Amino acid sequence: MSGASMGDIILETRDLTKHYGGVHALSGADFKLHAGEHVAIMGDNGAGKSTFVRQITGVEQRTRGTVLFDGEEVEFENPMDARDAGIETVFQTLALADQLDVPDNLFLGRELVKVKLGPFSILDYKEMRRRTIEALEKTGVKIPNIRNTIQNMSGGQRQCVAIARTATFHSKLTIMDEPTAALGVQETAQVENIIRTLKEQGEPLILVSHNMRQVFDLVDRIVVFRRGRICADLDIKAGGISGEDVVGYITGAKTQEGYEDAA
Amino acid sequence: MAGGTTHGTGGLTFDAKKRAWPNEMNVFIALVIMIALFEILGAWLMGQSFLFDSRDRFDSVFNEARLKIIILQVSIIGIIALGATQVIILGGIDLSPGSVVGVAAMVSMSFAQTSLVNGNPNPKAIFGPEMMDLPVLIPVFVALGVGCLAGAINGVLIAYTRIPPFIATLGMMVAARGAAKWWSKGRPISFPTDEYATLGNGFGGWSPVFIFVGLAILFHFVLKYTVYGKHTYAVGSNEDAARMSGIKVDRHKVMVYTIAGMLAGLSAVVLTSKNLTAQAGMGVMYELDAIAMTVIGGVSLAGGRGSIVGTVLGALIFGVIISGFTFLRLDAYYQEMVKGAIIVAAVVLDQWRQRRAAAKS
Repeated sequence: MSGASMGDIILETRDLTKHYGGVHALSGADFKLHAGEHVAIMGDNGAGKSTFVRQITGVEQRTRGTVLFDGEEVEFENPMDARDAGIETVFQTLALADQLDVPDNLFLGRELVKVKLGPFSILDYKEMRRRTIEALEKTGVKIPNIRNTIQNMSGGQRQCVAIARTATFHSKLTIMDEPTAALGVQETAQVENIIRTLKEQGEPLILVSHNMRQVFDLVDRIVVFRRGRICADLDIKAGGISGEDVVGYITGAKTQEGYEDAA
Repeated sequence: MAGGTTHGTGGLTFDAKKRAWPNEMNVFIALVIMIALFEILGAWLMGQSFLFDSRDRFDSVFNEARLKIIILQVSIIGIIALGATQVIILGGIDLSPGSVVGVAAMVSMSFAQTSLVNGNPNPKAIFGPEMMDLPVLIPVFVALGVGCLAGAINGVLIAYTRIPPFIATLGMMVAARGAAKWWSKGRPISFPTDEYATLGNGFGGWSPVFIFVGLAILFHFVLKYTVYGKHTYAVGSNEDAARMSGIKVDRHKVMVYTIAGMLAGLSAVVLTSKNLTAQAGMGVMYELDAIAMTVIGGVSLAGGRGSIVGTVLGALIFGVIISGFTFLRLDAYYQEMVKGAIIVAAVVLDQWRQRRAAAKS
């Protein structure tokens, strides 16, 4: 966003490690994400994907390692710190308030105000609505009436609202943790369209997904996790990599050069 | 996707006309039906009108005396209901305001004493002569302070020890009533200054109504148009989401319960100044009437839904029922039975409405 050209590194982790007691959920993850790049994180259940995401987004504190975001070393104490720095995460469990409408949810916790009076600051509904419509247009989200409460929306629409948050706040990095896991075919297509829109606009993305077709459709690169380690880094835009290859890396049938210690 | 073709919002705009039928309309219709029912019964059983001037006793078309009674008798509990509304939207419950009224009444009346009663020294003074004839603002602020303190204790217990609001405020209900009795060893406190008495009796007796309506307008605005209000709805709607979105949920809970306590304290000021006396037993069951008003007004006990407008309409329904039964010269026993039935009916209707809304989507 901030004039970064493709090639600049947005996010880098070095030796990122997380132990839960004696369980080594994540070991020595070295990861790089470039400006405008869309990367998928794949792996079996318990391979360390979600653990990896939780360390970057401040949900948990890492055991060891370094995280560099936008060129600076960062230490997020909670998801809010990460969000303030520009990392917007769409979690598997949606953080939406059912009884509130779309603008209320987009601006939840960071409401725009007209008159500043501490907790009794007066809300700027007009500007929040305007920016909501702007954000929805930017992401290509279609919602019939933004004044509807979230409880009256389909799963797909809810997911879209959650994703539209990222566009509202001009985040520098979007992370989606299985955004289509609970959605139907049409709704999945809608979310995938939003991801393509983000790509066109040069917004970097980390996508955690189990859906091979989706990943091959959408991203530039796949990073495979196995048993808490990164075991493959596959540039799929270069071609020559099939779904079967990826499955091989996920299950451990194949090992990529340079990642032999993960086997 | 061919770049841009699926962009746009499908005619997405803000369309005020497309807004859903507000729940407050249902409560309003219920109020109108209730009034109509009493009109019909009145014409049939009593041969007179319930709300309109049927015997040329008044200058206007309405029966002013009855209108005044309807609003006046719900004003004092209505002030508490404004606090209950916020607490319930937050997803909590407050059982303590009735007892807080009791203790705030005793304490504030002690600071509102007049030195001379009909030319004789005040026989029931709590403090010495130097604490008499104080400016009226002192007892008012003392009452607000007592209310805020009780509310803040409720809020801190609920937010930081994570005990259920039901338990925390039940404890406060019992403890505050004890404090009210302890304050003067059970003796009533009377003889306030004239200024204090004016608070609850001014404007030809309409003063409690003005205070209630004024506060209702204020808190309607606060809930609808301020960050405080938005966060109250957000916490009641989905506490985890509110927390993840960066709302300081615990701090906010303390604030809401403190404001509810403050309103109970204010209610005590109006009550004692209107009655010119304070007793330790004041305010018993007020919390339940206040909760009933909010529930009738469409505030969901599950949290996240409801409004001050609904609660005010709920309070008016309450007032209409009480006046209507008196008007028909029916026993107070029936009144309470019907009140109970209406509270349950309001919650049943609300749940039915929600299930229907959920099934539609």
